[in-house]
Amino acid sequence: MELVCPAGNLPMLKAAVDHGADAVYLGFRDDTNARHFAGLNFTDQQIAEGVKYAHDRRVKVFVAINTYPQPGNWTRWQAAVDRATGLGIDALILADMGVLDYAAERHPGISLHLSVQGSATSPAAIGFMQHHFGIKRVVLPRVLSLAQVAQLIQNISVPVEIFGFGSLCVMVEGRCLLSSYASGQSPNTFGACSPAAHVEWRDTPQGQETRLGGVLLERRAPGEPAGYPTICKGRYWVDGELRHAIEEPTSLNTLDILPELMAAGVSAIKIEGRQRSTRYVTQVTQVWREAIDACKRNPQAFQPKESWRKMLAQVSEGTQTTIGPYERTWH
Amino acid sequence: MSEIERPRLSLGPILYLWPRERVFDFYAEMIETPVEVIYLGETICSKRRQLKPEDYWEIAEQITAAGKEAVISTLALIESEGELKTLKRICADQRFLIEAGDLAALGFLEGRPFVAGHSINLYNHRTLDFLAKLGLKRWVMPVELGRSTVADLLKYRPPGVECELFAFGRLPLAYSARCFTAYNRGLGKDNCNFCCGDYPDGLLVTTQEGQAFLNLNGIQTQSATVHSLLPALTEIRDLGVDLLRISPQSQHTADVVHVFADCLNGKLDPREGTVRLRQWAPLGLCDGYWTGQAGYRLGMSI
Repeated sequence: MELVCPAGNLPMLKAAVDHGADAVYLGFRDDTNARHFAGLNFTDQQIAEGVKYAHDRRVKVFVAINTYPQPGNWTRWQAAVDRATGLGIDALILADMGVLDYAAERHPGISLHLSVQGSATSPAAIGFMQHHFGIKRVVLPRVLSLAQVAQLIQNISVPVEIFGFGSLCVMVEGRCLLSSYASGQSPNTFGACSPAAHVEWRDTPQGQETRLGGVLLERRAPGEPAGYPTICKGRYWVDGELRHAIEEPTSLNTLDILPELMAAGVSAIKIEGRQRSTRYVTQVTQVWREAIDACKRNPQAFQPKESWRKMLAQVSEGTQTTIGPYERTWH
Repeated sequence: MSEIERPRLSLGPILYLWPRERVFDFYAEMIETPVEVIYLGETICSKRRQLKPEDYWEIAEQITAAGKEAVISTLALIESEGELKTLKRICADQRFLIEAGDLAALGFLEGRPFVAGHSINLYNHRTLDFLAKLGLKRWVMPVELGRSTVADLLKYRPPGVECELFAFGRLPLAYSARCFTAYNRGLGKDNCNFCCGDYPDGLLVTTQEGQAFLNLNGIQTQSATVHSLLPALTEIRDLGVDLLRISPQSQHTADVVHVFADCLNGKLDPREGTVRLRQWAPLGLCDGYWTGQAGYRLGMSI
């Protein structure tokens, strides 16, 4: 099982490589990838430097070009694919069928991974993408239970990567327009959920308010913990009650089910968080490296260490963690 | 040549859980309206089995017999083996055109004419060309795309491929593994008691300052306000859009169809039509996506 870690910039890439990642993933400094935030991501030269640093230490580099171009900006995505393949990377993580079609035709030698943004959740969907674009890996959206993941793996010949730790996206990735509904910009079109330019924080007599595109997502009492404001983690009135109608501010952590994931045949665990810090990447990579190695040595006796839990709790967003959709009761 | 040459009106699939008899009655009523294409089938939740594929096929026969086109729509999110089996069975039927809601359906439909629904991510000409080679006959534009992208895509469209816009209804915004209707009733998806049946138009989500914001419909999240492209009718016609989709609501769907038809026929001004539509959208209208703004905004409508 491969450990795939986030690299939002060169120091994060080096931290992930130094602390045990098998692969790192990153994006260009624009809206061609789904973590398009100011000050984040890589220039071509930085990617080249990162590739050298990683490859010298036998770590792979994947480049995410996983947003959806439109006719008016198509050439930038096409150029991003061409540039990335020229930089000696190990795989492209793509979502759009048009971009996949282009990459498969133009660069037949490069490995293509289907991004989580590609929304493939069944053997038929994955088989379709494999047949047409020769994908070498699929990253599963966070919708399937552990039993469903295990069954899926039995029915496909494409290696599976799943999200193991980090922010929990509640909706099927690649098919969520909540952000654009409030802000005009979506993960698909702009490469970010809740783009910072549309987020407002305001202290009022009623409490601290967070808004996206002017819409009130949360109003909390002083001292209540605040995560990054996304629509799906907001608190609203439903049927006469004020509640987190979609999901609590919670993070994903699958450490407890690592042996089951391994037994199911999951090929790679992905850590979310290119928008986080070098400290985050260092700590999370360390813990997951140790955990995967311990689990490989003796899956039956695997028990997450208390020190791992503490370290991960320190870097979790929100106030709690969950196994998320992998556990059927979450549904 | 009929007066309404283009765009034609279509009726999207029912997105909610309505009683079986209500569904049959609804289609009997819709057959009498000026919609020319009727989509039907379960697209949200496979547990809703009040109607089986056979029932939908029976209704589709009636639609066809009435001189309209029937299209069978499929689930927007495929998770289980059982869902895949049903999807395969639906796609194996050759009598009716099928609207793919998920990538899984594309594989089953490849090589014959099919429709790509709005939950298939078709954002650019290369994807359009790719799907056209597989048999794409029509696609429903992803709802977040505005007029400039619609115009660009229409310039590039392959010959014979039709374009449909989601023109009226609560916007389909997101899909999840979790059933939010059950979640808000304190139930799990596996023991949902079909509680979404209690909300024939979805479950309203209001912000803490009283703004009608979202609408929960099982695993789907919709807009609370109703998206309407009626004010852009002239522009849409000029762009060469082929179909306008009206998404069913539990009340006044036939009235909405008539307003759109009257505007297309020139019997009613779209501004006047919008005033009428408003009374059937008590939480208000929205149209921001069309002009490149946030979807919930209201720009064009009077």
